Amino acid sequence: MKALASVVTALLLMSTIDVKAQEDLTKMLEENEPKTTDYTTATFKGTRIINGHSVETVKKNHLDFIIHHRFDRLNSGAYNLFGLDYSTIRLGFEYGLTDNVTIGFGRSSVQKTFDFLAKAKLLRQSTGTRNMPFSVTAFASTVIETLDKDLSTQDKTSYCTQLLIARKFSERLSLQLNPTFLYRNRVATAAQERALFALGFGGRMKLNKRLSLNAEYYWAFREKDLENALGDPYGNSLAIGVDIETGGHVFQLHFTNSSGMVEKQFIGDTSGSWGKGDIRWGFNVSRTFSFDKRAKGMMK
Amino acid sequence: MKTIIIILSISFASLGYLNAQNLYSTSNGETSFFSETPVENIAAVNKFGQAILNTSTNDIVVQMNMKQFDFPNKLMQEHFNENYIESAKYPKAVFKGKINEKIDFTKNGTYDISATGDFNLHGVSKPRTFKGKITVAQGSIGLTTDFEVALTEHNIEVPKVVFMKIAQTIQVKNKYSLAPYVSKK
Repeated sequence: MKALASVVTALLLMSTIDVKAQEDLTKMLEENEPKTTDYTTATFKGTRIINGHSVETVKKNHLDFIIHHRFDRLNSGAYNLFGLDYSTIRLGFEYGLTDNVTIGFGRSSVQKTFDFLAKAKLLRQSTGTRNMPFSVTAFASTVIETLDKDLSTQDKTSYCTQLLIARKFSERLSLQLNPTFLYRNRVATAAQERALFALGFGGRMKLNKRLSLNAEYYWAFREKDLENALGDPYGNSLAIGVDIETGGHVFQLHFTNSSGMVEKQFIGDTSGSWGKGDIRWGFNVSRTFSFDKRAKGMMK
Repeated sequence: MKTIIIILSISFASLGYLNAQNLYSTSNGETSFFSETPVENIAAVNKFGQAILNTSTNDIVVQMNMKQFDFPNKLMQEHFNENYIESAKYPKAVFKGKINEKIDFTKNGTYDISATGDFNLHGVSKPRTFKGKITVAQGSIGLTTDFEVALTEHNIEVPKVVFMKIAQTIQVKNKYSLAPYVSKK
């Protein structure tokens, strides 16, 4: 009797093994799955949130060509087609030495400016074997404004360093904090400090797969010198816009009170005020080219 | 009575033993895909495909992490994960099926096979039969299969307004080499 029971149990066991075979195999696979670190990707769509840099870098052996364009102030009236008659432009080339290190240079029409930049990812937001709640990227740039020919190169030069700290909270929401230090060898007015600290805030909210709403604000800690009647004529930079992604390109359309497109200019020298309607329409267009030689081999 | 119990326990023990012997697996199978477009070709490879085969029951499971697809063009990789495959929501592609042919896995040789089962991609399961080849060599089982994936079958949306046109079917190639299963638990 006992024997019979054992046989029945054995048969039952064997049949369940058969039915559950694929499930068991899946379990075995999962148990043997190598543990990996899952890095957060696409915290922002482009290397810029709007004016300022995002934590994103250009990937290894990729070249990003970026065109920044800002029109004149909306309140310049119908005669100037609300600013569209005049525009300023920056052309930039940025190259990924590795996935985490980018170098680049650019030339802006504002103050006939050359800028050289370097970006390095220090920490990457991740889950899995390595848990990291934030991404942190270091940014540094040297800017030379060549408009005034009488100045020495040293006087034309300024420097900016930033720590970009971002978190992708969900597929839709990413926020970034940018402590910034700006140093100008020469300042335009007596009220301006050569060294300027600022704190930037930026973020994006994805509206759908290809469209996101972006905003950015740089709060500069200016010395308010009460004895100086003129005061510092510059204010904080605020920008609001959308990112549209179309496959190979990223289009960023926005409104901003800044005309400059490098940190030295939009953090240091923004003179427009949103309240008075000194708002400029502008856009960034970015196109990335891959110079990864593996591509050809993989086609076969 | 005792003898029956002993026989049963021996057969159970051997069953377990046989089971372990009949399992073959890998966690570095290669899956690649290719899609020709008028502007730019799309290619990617995943070198961390996982597969497990029970040679006594012919059951087979293949799965891979979609985020581990490596594209030479990283922008494409980002689009693939974010916009097409939505790998945050649907991290894995899985095939669970059975090999239809009876194969003598103890004999070295190459066999044409087909496997029927459920193929899950982008959260959508489809019954599929994949054709392929099995190569049995000393101690390992090679598995190759080429097939097509129709994007619409798996609700993978290709928006109409993209600068880069994407083919509606994607050619997928798999090259897996399975070794006797060793539990790492």
